[in-house]
Amino acid sequence: MTSVPIATERALPAEWRDFLALTKPRVMSLVVFTGLAGMLVAPVVPPLVLGFTAILCIALGAGAAGALNQWYEADLDAKMRRTAKRPLPDGRMDRQSALHFGVGLSVFSVILMDLAANHLAALLLATSILFYVLVYTVWLKRRTAQNIVIGGAAGAFPPLIGWVAATGEIASLPLLLFAIIFLWTPPHFWALSLFVRSDYAAANVPMLPVTAGVEATRRQIFLYSLPMALAAVAPWPLGLAGPLYGVVAAALSATFVVMAALVLANHATEPAQMGPEKKLFGFSVLYLFALFAVLVADRWMMA
Amino acid sequence: MSVHEDEVVKRQRDRARLTAWLLGGFVILLFLVTIAKIGLQK
Repeated sequence: MTSVPIATERALPAEWRDFLALTKPRVMSLVVFTGLAGMLVAPVVPPLVLGFTAILCIALGAGAAGALNQWYEADLDAKMRRTAKRPLPDGRMDRQSALHFGVGLSVFSVILMDLAANHLAALLLATSILFYVLVYTVWLKRRTAQNIVIGGAAGAFPPLIGWVAATGEIASLPLLLFAIIFLWTPPHFWALSLFVRSDYAAANVPMLPVTAGVEATRRQIFLYSLPMALAAVAPWPLGLAGPLYGVVAAALSATFVVMAALVLANHATEPAQMGPEKKLFGFSVLYLFALFAVLVADRWMMA
Repeated sequence: MSVHEDEVVKRQRDRARLTAWLLGGFVILLFLVTIAKIGLQK
């Protein structure tokens, strides 16, 4: 980590809104949703208060990981337009507060998960936080263009944690859900990184469009969308989901692959002309929400 | 007090109030979790 051009002597104490911003609430919403879906598709429904607490812990753990990520990356965030207004690069908060907040929230979420659910769920939550902070943020992000491929595993944990919080054990369906998010992450992030490429280049972050170029990134997006689509449909032929899920997952995944093909066919280098990339990025979020929502609906209809 | 000091006090008070609410919520949640866990063991 390099020195950070951040205000070390704050004129004012940070507001609670800044602490909230530190948790990346938008990312958290997807994490909470996939964690909840993992819990709702499990064969055991936990008591309401325990289920609520487990999901709260997943949200707090994701928020803690986001806070620690922003603590470590404050110097990078300051160089990128997209992130320059975050509390640390904007000088609204001192780094020590962010560190204390992130570590405190991490420990708190894991202990509470252990109390409300079980040891395995707490262990998985701790692993996901450590993976995001140490493996992705500290180790991979500044070193390799494969940062998002390996680091994406951190974001794939929530449905697994939700399932384990309900059942106490790991099974094939939550592992498939893990695989879906793991394979979805690269095309999702690379679509974004194509049209904010100059930001990553300015901050010297080796994202794929910076190191390998836009055409290679477009090829990778398309190639990753194929196994992702197969993993998304797999629960149906494997008997883990019914035809409702199978048909909707196939339609959604086919749309994703077609949109990835449109990205592949686009040869623009200017962000203003990257319509297919922006559409794929927007659709990818909707895709994951819809896929998990229909899986829950399907499993409940099968029950 | 200056405007600046007023703002510092206001922010500290806001944060203290929120922390108190969160701690109160946590105590209630822990109580409910304990009751639910006892119910599961019966």
